[in-house]
Amino acid sequence: MTLSDRDLTEEGLSLDAGGAARLLVIGCGAIAREILALKAANGWTHMDLACLPAILHNHPDRIAPAVEAMIKEKSARYEAIFVAYADCGTGGLLEEVCKRHGVEMIAGPHCYSFYEGNTRFAERAADEIDSFYLTDFLVRQFDAFVWRPLGLDRHPELIHSYFAHYRRLVYQAQVDDPALDVKAEECATRLGLAYERRKTGYGDLATALAAAAGATGT
Amino acid sequence: MSDEEDDIILSELDNEELVQQMHDDLYDGLREEIEEGVNILLERGWQPYQVLTEALVSGMTIVGNDFRDGILFVPEVLLAANAMKGGMAILKPLLAETGAPRMGKMVIGTVKGDIHDIGKNLVSMMMEGAGFEVVDLGINNSVDAYLEALEAEDADILGMSALLTTTMPYMKVVIDTLNEKGKRDDYIVLVGGAPLNEEFGRAIGADAYCRDAAVAVETAKDFIARKHNQMAAG
Repeated sequence: MTLSDRDLTEEGLSLDAGGAARLLVIGCGAIAREILALKAANGWTHMDLACLPAILHNHPDRIAPAVEAMIKEKSARYEAIFVAYADCGTGGLLEEVCKRHGVEMIAGPHCYSFYEGNTRFAERAADEIDSFYLTDFLVRQFDAFVWRPLGLDRHPELIHSYFAHYRRLVYQAQVDDPALDVKAEECATRLGLAYERRKTGYGDLATALAAAAGATGT
Repeated sequence: MSDEEDDIILSELDNEELVQQMHDDLYDGLREEIEEGVNILLERGWQPYQVLTEALVSGMTIVGNDFRDGILFVPEVLLAANAMKGGMAILKPLLAETGAPRMGKMVIGTVKGDIHDIGKNLVSMMMEGAGFEVVDLGINNSVDAYLEALEAEDADILGMSALLTTTMPYMKVVIDTLNEKGKRDDYIVLVGGAPLNEEFGRAIGADAYCRDAAVAVETAKDFIARKHNQMAAG
């Protein structure tokens, strides 16, 4: 199966095993590839995946209602649902939705934090307030998530307004891909920032999904 | 029709047309045109305060309303703000000379751990436009920085901004410290930032959450008026 980043950004994704799965992961399109990689590596055949469009991240107020609508739509078909989002700018609203429906979610403020490991990210936070983060997905979708929404395609002079206080771009690499490394460095150059590549792997996403998968058996 | 024939000569417009055109130019983020318009109105004998309120602030209010309603987005607001800044730079020294009304003094800054200042800068600009004196502490402010500035500036209002859910709780640290020092009631505390809401503002003990720059201005005016009424009654 070929996944399109554009579809993950705009449309989301629905992978349904046809009624055999007992666990549904409702996730963000920005981490769909990573969830599928973990599912394949661990043989979680009892897991379905439904992803909301990743671009919801540019409107965080829409995330909690969209997740809740999907929980309501899908819950009758599954033993358990796991929400593969962190807080993601919802200001606790997503956590409230999950509690209301008795559903677990990923701990932490956002994917930059859980990829690095929430504990480690929090320890570093004070020293990295001037860091701008990109993940594998965001490097691939840099124009859709950063460049165009900030109007930099039309008004590159606004770079200073957005990024004057940033010093460096940290590329949190989930996998080793030299082409992504090159593209991430180009993104840093376009924003006028120093560049650092940091291999994080899947971080807390792996442990959170393993716990959800384990709770529903294999 | 050629482009040349389409060009609008600002100096040929009457006052009403010029102000309307400046609203349009502000909306389109045309800084040079705004600067030219401000200079024309001043040359025609307008008071700096009248230029500020009728040409710039009211134009920026239209921009703010359309941002609130999802018609304009952050890049367009930034361009409009940049254009308004150009006009303000001409007016500011003249406003000081001509004794424009002073509404009160605000110390504003982004909280510790946070470097985002787009919203805070818009609030600063609109507060200045509404006649407030603004002391902008910039980004990444500790509780000590806020408290020292409030005291040194003899401020009426404290404004705190945060963009991150991880940094917004620091606002409570500042308010709690003001309470501990018995100084909380000396200041009107306004908070804002994308992840905040009214409930958060209440929970941390702020006087008000302001969802955008226009609301911040109106809220500040209301609280200052109440403060004056209390003083008059007392």
